[in-house]
Amino acid sequence: MIRALAAIFILAVSLPSGAGAGQTGPLIAAAADLRFAMEEMTARYKAEAGGGDVRFSYGSSGNFYTQLTQGAPFELFMSADEEYVFRLANAGLTRDKGALYAIGRIALFAPRGSALAVDERLSGLRSLVASGKLSRLAIADPLHAPYGRAAREALMRAGLWDGVQPRLVLGENASQAAQFASSGATAGGIIPLSLAMAPTVSKLGSFAALPAEWHNPLRQRMVLLNNAGPAAEAFYRYLQTPAARGVFRNYGFTLPEEN
Amino acid sequence: MAPLDLTPVWLTLQLAAVSTIILLIIGAPLAWWLARARGRLRAPVEALVALPLVLPPTVLGFYLLVALGPQGIIGGPLAALGIESFAFSFTGLVIGSVLFSLPFVVKPLQGSFEAVDAGVIEAAQTLGAGPLDRFFSIILPIAKPGIIAGAVMGFAHTVGEFGVVLMIGGNIPGKTQVVSIAIYNHVAALDYGAAHILSLGLVVFSFLTLLAVSLASRTGRPW
Repeated sequence: MIRALAAIFILAVSLPSGAGAGQTGPLIAAAADLRFAMEEMTARYKAEAGGGDVRFSYGSSGNFYTQLTQGAPFELFMSADEEYVFRLANAGLTRDKGALYAIGRIALFAPRGSALAVDERLSGLRSLVASGKLSRLAIADPLHAPYGRAAREALMRAGLWDGVQPRLVLGENASQAAQFASSGATAGGIIPLSLAMAPTVSKLGSFAALPAEWHNPLRQRMVLLNNAGPAAEAFYRYLQTPAARGVFRNYGFTLPEEN
Repeated sequence: MAPLDLTPVWLTLQLAAVSTIILLIIGAPLAWWLARARGRLRAPVEALVALPLVLPPTVLGFYLLVALGPQGIIGGPLAALGIESFAFSFTGLVIGSVLFSLPFVVKPLQGSFEAVDAGVIEAAQTLGAGPLDRFFSIILPIAKPGIIAGAVMGFAHTVGEFGVVLMIGGNIPGKTQVVSIAIYNHVAALDYGAAHILSLGLVVFSFLTLLAVSLASRTGRPW
C-alpha cells in the first residue's frame, strides 16, 4: 500500500510541468468578451501569419488588473476597459500606454423558449418587467467587469434598472454572464455582442445589439507588460493588422480609427 | 471539438502529490504534539489547525494573495531579495493547498496517535528500545491506518480545491490551472462536453478515494 502510494507520488512529481498540447507560448490575460474571437484569431495567426502558440486566460478586466498589480506573469493584457491599462501604465508595469484594438458593443440575449422577446430598444424586456414575469436577467458584475457596467448603464438609460435590479444574476465575468444568459436558467441577459454572435452562443437563442450610445464606449485597449518577450510582441503586432481587425469586425466589434 | 487538454489533470496530480508529502512532514509532528500535549497552548493550536474546515476558501486565498504579493508581508521581503513572487505560481498553490488541507491530514493522524497506549511505549522503553525503534516498531504500525487515511484525505482534498487556488493561482494555463478551475472555464466557455469529462473523472476519483478510506478504517488495509 505505502509502496503504491509512493509510486504514484514519484510519478506525479516527475511529470514535466506544462506537459500537453497548447501549453507553450506567452501568457495573455484577455477580457472574457474576447473568448470566441480569440479562438478564431489564434487559428488564423498560426495558419496565415505563421505565428507561434499563445496561451489565454479569460476573466474580468478588473480582476486581471488586480492580479497584474500583484505580479501575475502575463505578458500581454487585452482589457475591455482602457482605464485599467492606463492605471497599469501609470504604475510603471507596462511598456507604454498600449493600443486601442476594438470598441465593444452589448446585446440583449434570450435563450430559446424564454418569455423574453429581444429587440434593440428593450421594449420586450420592458413589458416583461411591467407584467412582473421577469424571472432572472444575467449581466456581468458591474463592480469589476466593464461589460457589466455597460449593461447597467444601458438599463438605467432605458429606465429599467430599478425594475430589473432585484432579478439580476451577476456573472463573475462577461463570459459567465453569457453562460447564465444562454443556459435557459434565466430569461436572458445583457452580454457582449462578441459572445452573442459566436456560433456556440448564438445557436442557443436570439439576440439584438443595443444602441451604442446607451452606454459609455467600451474602449478596449491592450498593452504589453514589462516582462513581454518577442512572441508576445509578435502577437501584439498581429492584432493590429488588417487581417486581425477583420476578425474583430466579424465578432461585432467597432474598430478604432486607423492611426 | 478540440481534443481535451489534459494538462490540468497532470498539474492537479503534481500539486496534490507535493502538497501531501509536505502535509505529512508538517502534519505528523504537529498531530503527535496535539495527541500528547496537555499544556495551555494545545487548545488554541488545535483550533488554528481546524480553521480551514470552517472558513470560506476565499478568506485564506485573499490573505495569501495579500501576503505573498510583491507588496505583502512575505512577498515584499522576498521581492527585495530578488525572489519572484509566489502569487500566481505553482509554489503559491502548494502553500495554499498545504494550509487548506492541513486539518484533513492532522485530524486522522492525531486520532491514530491518541490510540497508541502510552503504557506500551513506556514498556518498550523499559525493555531498552530507543526512540527510533519505538517509533518504527510500535507507533508506526499502530498508527498506520490513520497515516494512510490522512495521506489519502490530504491528496483528495487538494485535488478538490477551488477557491484558494483560483485566488492565489489566478487561472493560468499550464501553471496554475488545475482541474477544478479548468471545469469552471469550460462551463464559462459553454463547452459542456469537456466540463462533463473532467467532472465525471473527479466524481469517480472522489468516490474511489472515500471508498478506500472507508475500507482502510475497517481492515487497516485499503485494497
